[in-house]
Amino acid sequence: MSAAAIISPPAAETIDDKLGSHTISLFVHDRPGVLVRVALVFARRGYNIESLVVSPAAAGGFSRMTITCSGDPATLDQIIRQLAKLVDVVRAIDHTGDAAYETEIALVKLEVHDEDRTQVLQIAEHFNAKVVDYATDSVMLRVYGGSEKLDALIGLLRPYGMSELVRSGKILMARGGRET
Amino acid sequence: MSVQIPTGAERLIQCLEREGVEYIFGLSGGAAMPLFDALVDSNIKLIMVRHEQGASHMADGYARATGKPGVVLVTSGPGATNTVTGLLTALMDSVPMIVLCGQTISPMLGKDAFQEADVTGITYPVVKHSYLVKRAEEIPLVAREAFHIASSGRPGPVLIDLPKDVTQGPCDAPFVDDVELPGYTVPNRADPEDISAAAELLKASKRPLLYVGHGAVISGAGKAIVSLAERLRAPMVNTLLGKGATDETHPLHLGMLGMHGTAYANKAVVDCDLIMSIGARWDDRITGKLDEFCVDAVKIHVDVDPAEFNKMVPLDLAILGDARLVVEDLLPQIEPADSEAWLAQCEDWRQRYPLKYPKQGGLRAQHVLDRLNDLTRGKAVITTDVGQHQMWAAQFCLSTSNRNWISSGGAGTMGFGFPAAIGAQFGQPEKEVWAVCGDGGFQMTQAELATAQNHKLPVKCLIINNNYLGMVRQWQELFYDNRYSGVDLEGNPDFVKLAQAFGVQAWRIKRPADVDRVLALAHEYDEGPCVVVAEVVKEDNVFPMIPAGAAVKDMLIEKPKAPMQKPTGST
Repeated sequence: MSAAAIISPPAAETIDDKLGSHTISLFVHDRPGVLVRVALVFARRGYNIESLVVSPAAAGGFSRMTITCSGDPATLDQIIRQLAKLVDVVRAIDHTGDAAYETEIALVKLEVHDEDRTQVLQIAEHFNAKVVDYATDSVMLRVYGGSEKLDALIGLLRPYGMSELVRSGKILMARGGRET
Repeated sequence: MSVQIPTGAERLIQCLEREGVEYIFGLSGGAAMPLFDALVDSNIKLIMVRHEQGASHMADGYARATGKPGVVLVTSGPGATNTVTGLLTALMDSVPMIVLCGQTISPMLGKDAFQEADVTGITYPVVKHSYLVKRAEEIPLVAREAFHIASSGRPGPVLIDLPKDVTQGPCDAPFVDDVELPGYTVPNRADPEDISAAAELLKASKRPLLYVGHGAVISGAGKAIVSLAERLRAPMVNTLLGKGATDETHPLHLGMLGMHGTAYANKAVVDCDLIMSIGARWDDRITGKLDEFCVDAVKIHVDVDPAEFNKMVPLDLAILGDARLVVEDLLPQIEPADSEAWLAQCEDWRQRYPLKYPKQGGLRAQHVLDRLNDLTRGKAVITTDVGQHQMWAAQFCLSTSNRNWISSGGAGTMGFGFPAAIGAQFGQPEKEVWAVCGDGGFQMTQAELATAQNHKLPVKCLIINNNYLGMVRQWQELFYDNRYSGVDLEGNPDFVKLAQAFGVQAWRIKRPADVDRVLALAHEYDEGPCVVVAEVVKEDNVFPMIPAGAAVKDMLIEKPKAPMQKPTGST
């Protein structure tokens, strides 16, 4: 427990209440250093990026970044303006609360004993998770969907000896004719 | 006939010539040798400095005095890292600057080569943009983009890192005129609806105040702002960096606002019912305690950088655009406000709370600067360093024309004033240029006396010597119970002898009776640089003062009798 938490646990709780998770989508010029420039806008405030996905965009020479992070709305608004100001950032949009399709992939490895296997496979089936590796003393599952669904599945699997977890991070796209 | 293909370095220098570069401020080294070699055959004049920080502040002073980007050329590793303070200074104050850095050969990047530093990595937070050039054919495009980015919109420094194999290798890539930067747009004219909304708000105001910042200097909005003030019948105040955009001797001008601004400017801030920022970013030195800043006043903000909107204070109206164009578009819709009582009130404050200083008790910095103001009457370019002398110069040396006031505001960089004056003098050879420095800051870049002397540059340096880091000492006196720590500059050199050692003419002012005579000597002297050392009283304080984090209304006109709490605001 950190010193700050010992001194003021109630304050920490109130902050948590205020800090919702946000998903920011960036459309960037694909040039060396653009990822560092983006990361520094968060880092100079001591903000943590929770997940980050970078991939080529439909147009050549451009990339997509999908970033999730938590913070108070006023600061995040400022962060988005400062991201948009970067020479290599074409667009920066906070999609939180927007009509957007969101998804994520997770890979989960379980050191699962014989007596638990049926239970684990039942949970996996319920979440449409696919067994992608089946070994003597481990099982690997692949699941995709909304981040909340993945959180729920992982919560259920945790008691069964989850040894590794890799999540892709959230990606999203605005629905209809709206720009991402 | 064989055509010789230029080297990357030669191509880059040709690009700089096309950009209209007159001077490069630089210091050589191994990785920069191809670039220095290319300068031999160029019309661009190389101003060789004694330390790269000096070069960066010279380029900064040149840029602020002319509006054109200042150019720095340094070598890799320590040469490049020595410009970091200059980059921060330029970024914080929106100054167009190009820093060219030599770099190890590209196959050695990341291998801890001799004098290798990850310069683009080190400087990301202190540049508007930067480039690491990997192929010589990129040079013309990078150069054009760099100048475009540095000098347009909200200006700022751009760094170009140039591996030696790139500058040494051949480059016959054609020159570039137009750049395509889909992520970079430069606001120009504002939305007409925003202009009309501003006109409505101004019309309804009875106590309007125009708050003028560096953006007004950069866009040359001063003339339009004075017309706005006259037509609307509104007083003006300016920030430290807004000095000179509008004539500070204008009857509607209340001088500088903020932490050490005039009492009447700050009283106007407290009582106004509308405050309109024109290119000023509501800095913490201006607002003091945010919760109490202009709570009931309508707030309008004109800025070319949308990231500044609502950053510090919630706005009633944000107008995105170039300051000059916005104010010019606004003018036809302006009618006089019902503000005569307000103007009378401001005038009453001006009479009741003038800037003042004791006339007895030894030589005072304020006296020297007051007389310098009388001598130069706003005609000279004045640069300052950072500290008490800076605030006194801001209070007493009134600026009357654009780009005649050059000071490190956002970064508060000590060591800035003297090299900035050198750069300003190169940029404005016909003007009288004075650097006002403290004894602390001057020593940080004093080696540039050699640079000034080499070029017989008629720059004048006034050192306000109190043998202290005076501003920190003032805070220790006011807020730390007189516990002085790390402020005594015991061991200072004799600055007159120091200047003479560089072959520079120098005089000393010891008594108030010397002031006019010595300043006049320096004013007349045109054979090269000169130094005036004013040996002022050791312990003097800058007032008015709004302690950091206090509300503007809690401004101190003079030293309070009772001990004070430590300030809670930003530094």
